[in-house]
Amino acid sequence: MAAAALAVQGLAKRYVSVAALDGVDLELGEGELVGLLGPNGAGKSTLVKIACGLVRPSAGSAQICGAPAGSREARRALGYLAELFRFPGWCTADEVLVLHQRLTGSAGGARERLELLELVGLADARGRKVDAMSKGMQQRLGVAQALVGSPKVLLLDEPTSALDPVGRRVVRQLLEELRGRGVSVLLNSHLLSEVELVCDRVVILLDGRVVAAGRPDDLARPRGIEIETAAGTRVVEGTRDDVPRLLAELAAAGESVYGVQVLRSTLEDVYLDAVGGRGS
Amino acid sequence: MRAVPTIAAYALRESLRRRVFLVVAALTLVFLGLYGFGAYKLFQSTEGVEPPAGISADELVGATLFGLAMFATHFLGTVLSVFTTLGAIRGDAERGLLQPLVVRPIGRATFLLARFLGASVVGAVYVVVVFLAAMGLTALAGGWWPDRIAAPALELAFGVVILTALSLLGSVVLSATANGIAVFMLFGAGLVAGLLGQIGEALDSHTLHTIARVTSWAIPFEALYQDALNRITLDTTGFTEWALQLGPFGGAELGGAWLPLWTVAYLAGVLGLAVAAFARRDL
Repeated sequence: MAAAALAVQGLAKRYVSVAALDGVDLELGEGELVGLLGPNGAGKSTLVKIACGLVRPSAGSAQICGAPAGSREARRALGYLAELFRFPGWCTADEVLVLHQRLTGSAGGARERLELLELVGLADARGRKVDAMSKGMQQRLGVAQALVGSPKVLLLDEPTSALDPVGRRVVRQLLEELRGRGVSVLLNSHLLSEVELVCDRVVILLDGRVVAAGRPDDLARPRGIEIETAAGTRVVEGTRDDVPRLLAELAAAGESVYGVQVLRSTLEDVYLDAVGGRGS
Repeated sequence: MRAVPTIAAYALRESLRRRVFLVVAALTLVFLGLYGFGAYKLFQSTEGVEPPAGISADELVGATLFGLAMFATHFLGTVLSVFTTLGAIRGDAERGLLQPLVVRPIGRATFLLARFLGASVVGAVYVVVVFLAAMGLTALAGGWWPDRIAAPALELAFGVVILTALSLLGSVVLSATANGIAVFMLFGAGLVAGLLGQIGEALDSHTLHTIARVTSWAIPFEALYQDALNRITLDTTGFTEWALQLGPFGGAELGGAWLPLWTVAYLAGVLGLAVAAFARRDL
């Protein structure tokens, strides 16, 4: 059986008296897209940084494709976009990718660079210096940089925080395409609607612990049935199975039904329930 | 090992962008211009002077001037090495420049040693070139040549290489500003050790002499500088040698056979510490 793209067991990280992570277990399968959610300070970036080998754990283990996080084998298999990153302003987009091709040992050459820039919608800006790029363009270049060398695992820390709606859509489509290619993605994001749209599973962290995990649909709870009649719109308790019975009762009572919608909690509701309304 | 030239070239381009080289080149041109003009005027003014018996005026003026030029060269080389490395680790990590690079499969030790190599080669070549330029200007102005050329030039260059390693070590734990201050304070400590040696020589104080010697060996770029200073007048004897000891050459001691071994071991120790500290550092 192939090793998980990312396997985290009992991961803990302490900074003096603060526990950034406190016994986290998490697994990312091949070709799986998992969203990592949580308020600021929940430990999301710390977890990603440990997986990249940027931060040493206090306890537990993290493995990338079976290799210990931080080892050369693990680094060879991953692409990473940091939450706060910067490329040298004097580099052009193409030069940034050349640098990372050399460091990863990628033999993709000019073709790989052009493909990546096209993927993130920067093909026309390949000769533009980073200093002359908008924040959103730099973030898209960051995504392209993370994809240099065709990594098996992609760790993205807030990859769309500086993007406009069009840019977010480009990245979302890119993530879906990567999933199709079998690339595993751990997406750390505050944009719940985006995570809900693309992720197979979500993991919610709070105070360094996993407080909820699963498929967005599984985590969602029934919130009743919304019925629109001539008298107005009302919400009654029940699930999808109750709809035929309710409609029959309303018809028997002589009410005209204009619309029926089974309500389920959104990922935002699930998130707010899990973190108890905690923000930054 | 393909990553080593890539990282070294990247670091040098970053320095170019920050105009480090432009500032140092401008300072160097100003220094060499003033030095050449000053040397010419000084030799000219001592042409008609009859020195006391046994003292060669040209040797005294030439060696003293070139000794001061060596100090300036050492200082400018230090400026170059410090400014190319002072924010190499923590500074770049705080700006978000480092993380995308070190997650690549190159190893932190390789990254650090590549940065060291790039900055060292530039610093060392710079020092040798300015040393030779100042030597040429001295010869042009007064016909004076140092007694030794290769060894002092290489010693000055190696001193700057040690300072580069210390600056890289500091960059792992200190912010860029704090690191710059720390390295220049070390450089200043070397200067004080040299001055104490001079005073010890003038007063014939064994204690001051010992303090100066221990300090210069604790920061061996200073011991190398003193050894280099001594070597440019190695064959000078008699009253001229005595007169030279009253100037910047007072207390400039030959390091002896252990100095090369000690400096190489010191450099290896500093780099080893830097690699170990970087390996443990959370980014």
